[in-house]
Amino acid sequence: MAFTKEEIAQRIAKEIKDGYYVNLGIGIPTLVANYIPKGINVVLQSENGLLGMGPFPFEGEEDADLINAGKQTITTLLGSSIFDSAMSFGMIRAQKVDLTILGAMEVSENGDIANWKIPGKMVKGMGGAMDLVASAKNIIVAMQHINKAGESKLLPKCTLPLTGVKCIKKIVTELAVLDVLPEGGFKLLERAPGVSVEFIRQSTAGKLIVEGDIPEMRLD
Amino acid sequence: MINKVVSDAEEAIKDISDGATIMLGGFGLCGIPENCINALVEKNVKNLICISNNAGVDDFGIGLMLKKRQVKKMISSYVGENAEFERQLLSGELEVDLIPQGTLATRCLAAGYGMPAIFTPAGVGTEVAEGKEIRNFDGKDYLMEYAFDADFAIVKAWKGDTAGNLIFRSTSRNFNPVMAMAGKITIAEVEELVEAGELDPDYIHTPGIYVHRIFQGKDYEKRIEQRTVRKVN
Repeated sequence: MAFTKEEIAQRIAKEIKDGYYVNLGIGIPTLVANYIPKGINVVLQSENGLLGMGPFPFEGEEDADLINAGKQTITTLLGSSIFDSAMSFGMIRAQKVDLTILGAMEVSENGDIANWKIPGKMVKGMGGAMDLVASAKNIIVAMQHINKAGESKLLPKCTLPLTGVKCIKKIVTELAVLDVLPEGGFKLLERAPGVSVEFIRQSTAGKLIVEGDIPEMRLD
Repeated sequence: MINKVVSDAEEAIKDISDGATIMLGGFGLCGIPENCINALVEKNVKNLICISNNAGVDDFGIGLMLKKRQVKKMISSYVGENAEFERQLLSGELEVDLIPQGTLATRCLAAGYGMPAIFTPAGVGTEVAEGKEIRNFDGKDYLMEYAFDADFAIVKAWKGDTAGNLIFRSTSRNFNPVMAMAGKITIAEVEELVEAGELDPDYIHTPGIYVHRIFQGKDYEKRIEQRTVRKVN
């Protein structure tokens, strides 16, 4: 069974370590906040200018002045801090943020990522994604392995306009957990329960590297 | 103290004319200068070049100026919430320069700090890098990006005093302080305007030297773009 979006988020959450400052992108990455392992201290950064992002407010307690990068109403926590947009990207550029989790439309086997534009169709802009991928020391991509037509999104080379080059090191999809190797290639680390290595191979257009037995992903 | 107070938005923007380059603070609809935007719509100035992280929504914020076709060019990082924007862009009626959000913020910062350019890795190897100078520092490539040159910066603060000092509230701070520093003329609208001396100097976010005109805005709608709540328990 391929993983749901919630399960992808749950698997990624296992990568978060005590003491991390983490930036979560829009979409599946936002869900990761729900699965941060108990007993560890993590500070979420929202690039519009907040460290220490708390949960959504209770109804009636929404504050129009307090939103996250997805423009959703949120709350602060004890120890939160607020700053301007330049400082926010300053701490990203200076690699103070330990982990960035973001979505992608395509990733290539050399670690290029495309997630901001479909020429002629979608022109929403890159927001902070280009800054994040260019500077983050540790990036995990949450994405669909194959699109609705069954076509692979893990490619030899991206077809869409790039967001960043040679920057992605780890990918979690509905089918698998993979590392992008510095010398190129997707190294298969884990597979979703019941999903065969063969199916992952068929679903990966880029170079897939399989060594030894591949364990199933565990969420606990 | 030099008194920076003007009566209202109309007076604050009176010399913004057709073809001006203006910065507008805010992130999404959070912390946008609502009063000045409405006054610009009313004044119907045209061919504006607007530098703002987003372009509002169809019926609020910069979206109101887009609807009246007052904007010739937008310089933004993300414009996903505005269907009219997308229509004008795809039809070629509107020019747009999409740039990385950190680059946008830091180009403001550079202007306010008197630095002609910055170096950032954002966009290296992408179409954002086309035609730009690349410099390598310690084995990593960086794009040279110029400081913005804006005729006016229009920002929204929570509190301000008659000397132009500003304090922002929560995440409505966003681009406002860096844009406040970056305009040749900076206009600040505030929710509460007080006499000089009433704000603690230690808590000022933007010193009044950067602010040329200030007024107390009215009727703030503060629209929420994505009202998201959790259930009790």
